[in-house]
Amino acid sequence: MGLITDIRDSISRSIASLFSAEDPKRIGIYGPPNAGKTTLANRIARDWTGDAIGPESHIPHETRRARRKENVEIERDGKSVTIDVVDTPGVTTKVDYTEFLEHDMEKDDAVRRSREATEGVAEAMHWLREDVDGVLYVLDSTKDPFTQVNTMLVGIIESQDLPVLILANKTDLPESNIRRIENAFPQHETIPLSALEGDNMDEVYDKIADYFG
Amino acid sequence: MAEVKQADDGVQIDLISGERMEGMASMEKIRMILDGVHEGNIVILEEGLSPDEESKLIEVTMTEISPDEFNGIEIETYPKGDTADSGLFDRLMGKDPETKKLTVIGPANQIETLHKDETLISALVSRK
Repeated sequence: MGLITDIRDSISRSIASLFSAEDPKRIGIYGPPNAGKTTLANRIARDWTGDAIGPESHIPHETRRARRKENVEIERDGKSVTIDVVDTPGVTTKVDYTEFLEHDMEKDDAVRRSREATEGVAEAMHWLREDVDGVLYVLDSTKDPFTQVNTMLVGIIESQDLPVLILANKTDLPESNIRRIENAFPQHETIPLSALEGDNMDEVYDKIADYFG
Repeated sequence: MAEVKQADDGVQIDLISGERMEGMASMEKIRMILDGVHEGNIVILEEGLSPDEESKLIEVTMTEISPDEFNGIEIETYPKGDTADSGLFDRLMGKDPETKKLTVIGPANQIETLHKDETLISALVSRK
């Protein structure tokens, strides 16, 4: 009995040392373009550090480089959880520069933006395979979640055994449908929120502490 | 691969068996898929790709996108059903139903998914 207890304690200590307070876990914010990933990253960073991470925009692929905010200390129930927040470019399997022309962009700017967007998506995939310890998967709750990109990305996250929270964003919009997202990914917990308005962020922080603390 | 010469007014479809994919390395599979798609072909994989291979396919696709030439890919598999959720034990035992799903891949500007559910993928394919 004593030996088993010793082994169990030893394993617990080893696991604890892997994720010690000195080594914050990197939490990647993933999802399709325009789901509100940067709005969420900025909300988290502003709430706990006072700084933003990057510019937000309605034009797809505004975030074209993964950006990291280090040592974000989230306090819950008298305890604190320290994470690095990694805001990533929206993942897609196609980028057509002509779509940017619809946003009053000149062709040269649109082509440059599409090139940067493709580099950003490749970078995001690399981070997911190599460099994140957990994922906040952000979806626009006004949109159909049954897309191939969502199916593939959640499958990739699951195959890496990464802890993941599904965040149903944009609940401030009347077309928001949280149930549809819950049905799409029943194997994971779905948390509704509006990153823009700051609605339900307390629950988001509680769950971040539970999942990644 | 089905080496049927593409007619000027047609679209070539390559149906690739699981057996053919079995001995290939991940990058060989990705290269074969993207070479076919670059030529305007629709590639249908009997047994699909693993999540890691899908991740690499997205990454390599992004590096090959070129304005006015190649916009990327459209890819469709059946959505994951509840019963397909494999646990750690299943994976240790080599059971991974996620990699055994028919997958359709084509050039983004030539294939459009009309409908998809757990048992049906309906797509519209156009000529180049």
